[in-house]
Amino acid sequence: MSTPQSTIDQFVQSDYKYGFVSDIETEALPPGLDEEIIRAISAKKREPEFLLQWRLRSYRHWLTMTEPSWPKATYPPIDYQKIIYYAAPKPKAQLNSLDEVDPELRRTFDKLGISLDEQKRLTGVAVDAVMDSVSVATTFRKELAKQGIVFCSFSEAVREHPDLIEKYLGTVVPYTDNFFAALNSAVFSDGSFCYVPKGVRCPMELSTYFRINTANTGQFERTLLVADEGSYVSYLEGCSAPMRDENQLHAAVVELIALGSAEIKYSTVQNWYPGDKDGKGGIYNFVTKRGLCRGRGSKISWTQVETGSAITWKYPGCVLLGDDSVGEFYSVALTNHRQQADTGTKMIHVGKNTRSTIVSKGISAGRGQNSYRGLVQMRPTATGARNFSQCDSLLIGDQCGAHTFPYIEVKNPTAQIEHEASTSKIGEDQIFYCNQRGLSKQDAVNLIVNGFCKEVFRELPMEFAVEAQKLLGVSLEGSVG
Amino acid sequence: MGRAGQAAAITMEDRLKMEPILDIRNLEAGVDNRAILKGINLTILPGEVHAIMGPNGSGKSTLASLLAGREGYQVTQGSVTYLGQDLLALSPEERARAGVFLAFQYPVEIPGVNSTYFLKAALNEVRKHRGLPEVDAIEFLSLVKDRIRLLELNEDLLKRAVNVGFSGGEKKRNEIFQMAVLEPTLAVLDETDSGLDIDALRVVANGVNQLRRPDRSALVITHYQRLLNHIVPDRVHVLMDGRIVRSGGKELALELEDRGYDWIVPTEPVAA
Repeated sequence: MSTPQSTIDQFVQSDYKYGFVSDIETEALPPGLDEEIIRAISAKKREPEFLLQWRLRSYRHWLTMTEPSWPKATYPPIDYQKIIYYAAPKPKAQLNSLDEVDPELRRTFDKLGISLDEQKRLTGVAVDAVMDSVSVATTFRKELAKQGIVFCSFSEAVREHPDLIEKYLGTVVPYTDNFFAALNSAVFSDGSFCYVPKGVRCPMELSTYFRINTANTGQFERTLLVADEGSYVSYLEGCSAPMRDENQLHAAVVELIALGSAEIKYSTVQNWYPGDKDGKGGIYNFVTKRGLCRGRGSKISWTQVETGSAITWKYPGCVLLGDDSVGEFYSVALTNHRQQADTGTKMIHVGKNTRSTIVSKGISAGRGQNSYRGLVQMRPTATGARNFSQCDSLLIGDQCGAHTFPYIEVKNPTAQIEHEASTSKIGEDQIFYCNQRGLSKQDAVNLIVNGFCKEVFRELPMEFAVEAQKLLGVSLEGSVG
Repeated sequence: MGRAGQAAAITMEDRLKMEPILDIRNLEAGVDNRAILKGINLTILPGEVHAIMGPNGSGKSTLASLLAGREGYQVTQGSVTYLGQDLLALSPEERARAGVFLAFQYPVEIPGVNSTYFLKAALNEVRKHRGLPEVDAIEFLSLVKDRIRLLELNEDLLKRAVNVGFSGGEKKRNEIFQMAVLEPTLAVLDETDSGLDIDALRVVANGVNQLRRPDRSALVITHYQRLLNHIVPDRVHVLMDGRIVRSGGKELALELEDRGYDWIVPTEPVAA
């Protein structure tokens, strides 16, 4: 018989099911970063002058900044001159319809469960598929356009709606915000753009699927989502990458803007390659996501399920500017093997009677390190504002770690803040109890983990919730005994 | 009590012909090279309820844990046969699916996991093992409601997380409630009576008695005789220092209550 600890020790292997590499002809710029590279990216994308100038300002600012050292994560220094900043599947010709997408690309996305074929999709989810540095296809565009909704790749938006881009780009996450946001602003190559006009309720879920394929590239996409007055949109984001021995950098920026009474629901299932069980390889996921509730009564809700990446560094937050606006953050972050996650949120209350809710569930297994870092700030103008935070950690085994770093700043005496935190551990006795009722160890762990995450899963769109549950199961897979 | 009468109607001859539900032969086991069970022999036939009594540290709970397959115990000698198969070769979940149920001395809390969902998952594992389809939702609900009444538990417990926020008595009754739903072939009750007041004890015993069937058996581990006033055993065994030192009928329990364990001097192990 094995010792009690061994069952949990064995509970650390998992297979990453999306680790394949597609053989697609790629066009890439040489590695390294200088103004020439930035000019080349901008030229490749035939960008207007204002955007090139903005990139260059970002780059010059980035040069004055240093990489943050405060996250609770350790990794060797990144050599920014070794990264390829632009790689794209080589276009055969200008695409006139989705049918003309390179079959290999199409197969890649099929394999990932993302069909680019509108006819085959029964679920009514419009997808923008991004491979390495560019968007390869966006589905249901015509359908959405009938209601005035713009949903396209960022590059197309730059060409077709430069006014909207110029008006909103960098208004929520300025390039001065942080080191990685500055880098992204200088070199971003694609991403998704969405604009929902006044009073329109987007009839389908919109989604972007990000795929890193080429070696040694960084992925720097940018998503900008604007919900005009009284509109509603639900947006999903998924991602994966091949298994490679070297680390790859992913530094994205997502900006959301909700005008008066508008509502944006943004859900992420992050499944970048986490590295192997010894911590070799994996994506560095250094992402800046922020939403601005600009108008009265607007609402932005972030839901994230973070299971991938070697290191996750992200704090999707909300700036609650409009009176009575609402910000929400629901998060499940799982670290297994040697994964490190430093994630949480920022809720900046500016307007009167603004409300925010934070529910964070961290799961640590193997030698994973999981930190919740969250800022709740009540500005002097935030009369009657309220926040509720709940941070729960679940430990599996005795070699992992869970940490909580709450930052609370209150400048208005009428504001109310509640913070609850708990740490628990899946014990051998719980697993044995489940075993004794006929459940396998794996089922027992899944049952306990899913029970732990339930408050977050119920915020996800139905389909995604099922996928997220499965993903957690897979991420924790590896016979427990 | 009527069930006990039924069991008595089976003659000694019948008993010898039956395949035992549980057959423990010369079992020696321990933890970290420390011997705890030092040669246990015990045969339980279908329909029988056996009681194991003994002072603290005699090995009672070790025996229960070993039968359920808890990790950390080393078997150094002997065998355990359950319905003709080697029980020790099965994983804990395989044993459970095959009908071995342990009512825990200290039931474990599982936050976030809904009691009903948990029980349904457990029942479906047992049913799958028996080649039955998953339980129908309506059927399950009526089964659960019936059994929860038997244990006089509040239906609200079904909506809560497994054992979370349950009182000590509720946890113990919940164990027997789960047993009543899963209908095991061999139920091992590990000091289910400890910490129960007299009313709860009566309810638990009533639950166990209602589930007595000619094809099912139970092994009741207890420190005190009082439980055996309510669950009348066919055989009583005294476990001391890892050996069964005396076996007898239900009167043995009364004698122990009167005279304590000291009058039994552990000498030669006796066959059960």
